[in-house]
Amino acid sequence: MTFVAKPRTHHPNLPLNEIGLTRRDYEGSVSTLCAGCGHDSVSAAIVQACAELSLPPHRFAKVSGIGCSSKTPSYFLNKSHGFNSVHGRMPSVATGANLANRDLYCIGVSGDGDSASIGLGQFAHIVRRRINMLYIVDNNGTYGLTKGQFSATNDKGSTSKKGVPNLYEPIDLVSLALQIGASFVARSFSGDKRQLVPLIQAGLRHQGMAFIDVISPCVAFNNHQGSTKSYDHVRNHSLNVVDADYIPINEEITADYPPGTTEEVRMPDGSTLRLHKTDNDYDPHDRVGALNYVQRRAEEGETVTGLLYVDPDAADCHEIMDTVHRPLNELGEAELCPGSKALAAINQSFR
Amino acid sequence: MSVSYNDFVIRFANVNGSGSASANGMFAKALFRMGIPVATRNIFPSNIQGLPTWFEVRVSEQGYLGRREGVDIMVAMNAETLVEDVASLKPGGYLLYDNSKPLAKTLRRDDINEIGIPIATMLLPQFSDPKQRSLFKNITYLGALAGLLNIEFDVITGMVSTQYKGKDDLIEPNIRALEIGRQYAVDYLAAPLPIQVRRSDQVGDRIMVEGNMAAGLGSVYGGATVCAWYPITPSTSVAEAFELHANRLRIDRDSGQKNFAIIQAEDELAAIGMVIGAGWNGARSFTATSGPGVSLMSEFLGLAYFAEIPAVLWDIQRAGPSTGMPTRTQQSDVLAAAYASHGDTKHPVLFPATPKECFDFAADALDLADRLQTPILVLSDLELGMNDSLSEPFEWDDARRYDRGKVLDADDLDKMEVFGRYLDVDGDGIGFRTYPGTHPEKGAFFTRGTSRDEFAAYTESEEAYQRNMERLLKKWETAATLVPQAEIEGTGNSVGVMYYGTTATPMPEALDLLAPEGIQMDACRIRAFPFGANVRDFIGQHDVIFVVEQNRDAQMRTLLINEFDCDPNKLVPVTYYAGMSISADFIHRHISEYYQANKLPRLTEVQ
Repeated sequence: MTFVAKPRTHHPNLPLNEIGLTRRDYEGSVSTLCAGCGHDSVSAAIVQACAELSLPPHRFAKVSGIGCSSKTPSYFLNKSHGFNSVHGRMPSVATGANLANRDLYCIGVSGDGDSASIGLGQFAHIVRRRINMLYIVDNNGTYGLTKGQFSATNDKGSTSKKGVPNLYEPIDLVSLALQIGASFVARSFSGDKRQLVPLIQAGLRHQGMAFIDVISPCVAFNNHQGSTKSYDHVRNHSLNVVDADYIPINEEITADYPPGTTEEVRMPDGSTLRLHKTDNDYDPHDRVGALNYVQRRAEEGETVTGLLYVDPDAADCHEIMDTVHRPLNELGEAELCPGSKALAAINQSFR
Repeated sequence: MSVSYNDFVIRFANVNGSGSASANGMFAKALFRMGIPVATRNIFPSNIQGLPTWFEVRVSEQGYLGRREGVDIMVAMNAETLVEDVASLKPGGYLLYDNSKPLAKTLRRDDINEIGIPIATMLLPQFSDPKQRSLFKNITYLGALAGLLNIEFDVITGMVSTQYKGKDDLIEPNIRALEIGRQYAVDYLAAPLPIQVRRSDQVGDRIMVEGNMAAGLGSVYGGATVCAWYPITPSTSVAEAFELHANRLRIDRDSGQKNFAIIQAEDELAAIGMVIGAGWNGARSFTATSGPGVSLMSEFLGLAYFAEIPAVLWDIQRAGPSTGMPTRTQQSDVLAAAYASHGDTKHPVLFPATPKECFDFAADALDLADRLQTPILVLSDLELGMNDSLSEPFEWDDARRYDRGKVLDADDLDKMEVFGRYLDVDGDGIGFRTYPGTHPEKGAFFTRGTSRDEFAAYTESEEAYQRNMERLLKKWETAATLVPQAEIEGTGNSVGVMYYGTTATPMPEALDLLAPEGIQMDACRIRAFPFGANVRDFIGQHDVIFVVEQNRDAQMRTLLINEFDCDPNKLVPVTYYAGMSISADFIHRHISEYYQANKLPRLTEVQ
């Protein structure tokens, strides 16, 4: 890992996006994770996704819990506020942040320890509340910061670096999210930027809970033979069901896939998500089918990646609660305080 | 026989879930509407249906609202508790019971007056539906009490008409049941009794309301937009009151949409997490819980303390430890609240004593949280939160503006050379903050529970860590000047008494009971932690100070000793913690005994 500071000046020929910014404007501080860590690839994919979408880099709320993954919000979107909270509790902090200002893009980054062990309860409940955010789990099956204990997503029989097998059943966050109401569920691999970047873009534009489980190998503690979350294992056992191409509102939709194998999903903001099916039987609008498919494949030792389920019309939490469109944190006395006259009537009701 | 007016304790013994609450509430409200000061107490089990429950009303022309020991009139409607109910009557008291079944001989007491009313027998021909008969039993004894105690009958019938407005078919049978009871008392009993009520002017413009209702309403007025909570007795009605009033008062006129968000979280951890997330993002937010919830929320409270995020937490205390007695009152979370979380942490704590103060502190706490950028804990209790209490009416100054604290907007940032989130620019220990999304280039920072420097950058430097911890102490000193100050009343006595929260309720009566014995004390009602300079001075100026509170370990006394490093010997604990609210009799007895045992000088001896 290098700790050389990033130069402040940009290369003069860096391409500009629609709002006149370069990719550098979306970057964060230098990562302090291990060289080759999958999490850094996820951060880079977030940078690329946001830059390509030309989103204003200061209009994000970045939230995380505790762990290697939870450090990463420092490593992208430096112009936005970030909140590295407590272990397993990112979902509740994200919920509060989203309630306070529904206009900000909310990105939550968590890990498998953070979301599948200590924070499993909060994970489940933010999914069912459909908070409008992109929820990424950097899933490496191990506790990195405390040096290599198994996490709850680790496959049964997968071995630790010392060769000790995991004896317990894994928790599959994708299956869980499908079951409890996520309106956007995807899985990808940190080493597959071609698949991951469009998924992040679609997730950011999705109105509601967009969950992406990213298999992100831990080079220090879980990248050996015997691990089912190593680079080699995932590359050899992943099965891509649906490629997602994200197309911004103003871009022309080109048809470079054979007809009959692509499907376009109109997103609420007018943009288009184009799904490229490699398996013609797979229907990304069928929640139960998706759950079934993911679990069947898992039984056969395959990790299904791609966009697994999307419901572009689902309501998010603010719509469900029917809150005002203006961010709550902008409201002042005029909107919030009923005043002394109303209070006199209330006093009278207590007499 | 001499007649006493407006001075008695009546207790209703009922079965939980039998519909008695409405009739009992009407009894108290009728007296209140006759201008007589009343204090109500629900003594209820942690149960929904079938277990014993009691409702007690203290009626006091002098305006004493604390619990008084002993019962003058027992309305015994629960066969299961009859033995203890009969035993709790004071000599000369009245036992009102349904003599459709005769009273067991073993229950007879020579020193009380039995008043048998054949309620079940009388209702049998009147109401064919057994469920109605059971409900109207309560209304019938209310009618009988009206006759026995001389309650103005049209006040009660008026309440029935208001209560069932729109359900007119319920008005007639209710009034019929009232009449049956009253007529029986007038025809067959020695009505009115020597214990009576009569119209008074002692209520003034006061209202009768629960503290939790006041807290929820005050949070609406104080500008809370996010409420996240998890159900737990006795705090649940705070969130419910917020939602009730917000649904009436916080609806956007044009869109019909809500100017607030309320979420029933999956647990207390999530509830406080949402509050902190919302506070970080610039919305005023609060949660309400009780002791077990405070334990669960402690990790997050430490984060909010260290990362400096506004939050408001209402702790409606109940009897601990652990699940304790969930439907009994106590003041036993003082230390848990003041020092919640690991590491060196401390939090401002407010101690409301009345519903009016619950309303005021709800808004003040939101201001303080924003100003001090830290969690504010408000310690109420079951006694205050869940019982209807007489209270000064709520007030709101329309000129009042919310204090959002030190928040920079985009224009402010443009004018600044340097922004450091944790720089102490003003010397009060409080830095300037920005809300997420404020400015395209400036003002963004990373919030974390790890150590950081003045510019919010992660650091493990000893100097930076210590500077930050010292600044938090400076902020603590600022907090001491901003929180509600203690109320002190004194005439220069050498002995003082300190108390807080609902321990204030019986205090005027206790002092009146002590005065004839020559015991005169200066009084200090603590209203917040950190303690102000006047609390330190009060301790310095008195030789002996009774610290009266409702927990076993004298937690406020510990807090005072710890914060002021004062001589423990001069702070004498007076603690009651059995789960009912502390009574004037208890305070009187304990202070009086201490005077006797330690031969403290009395006023008469000094003169």
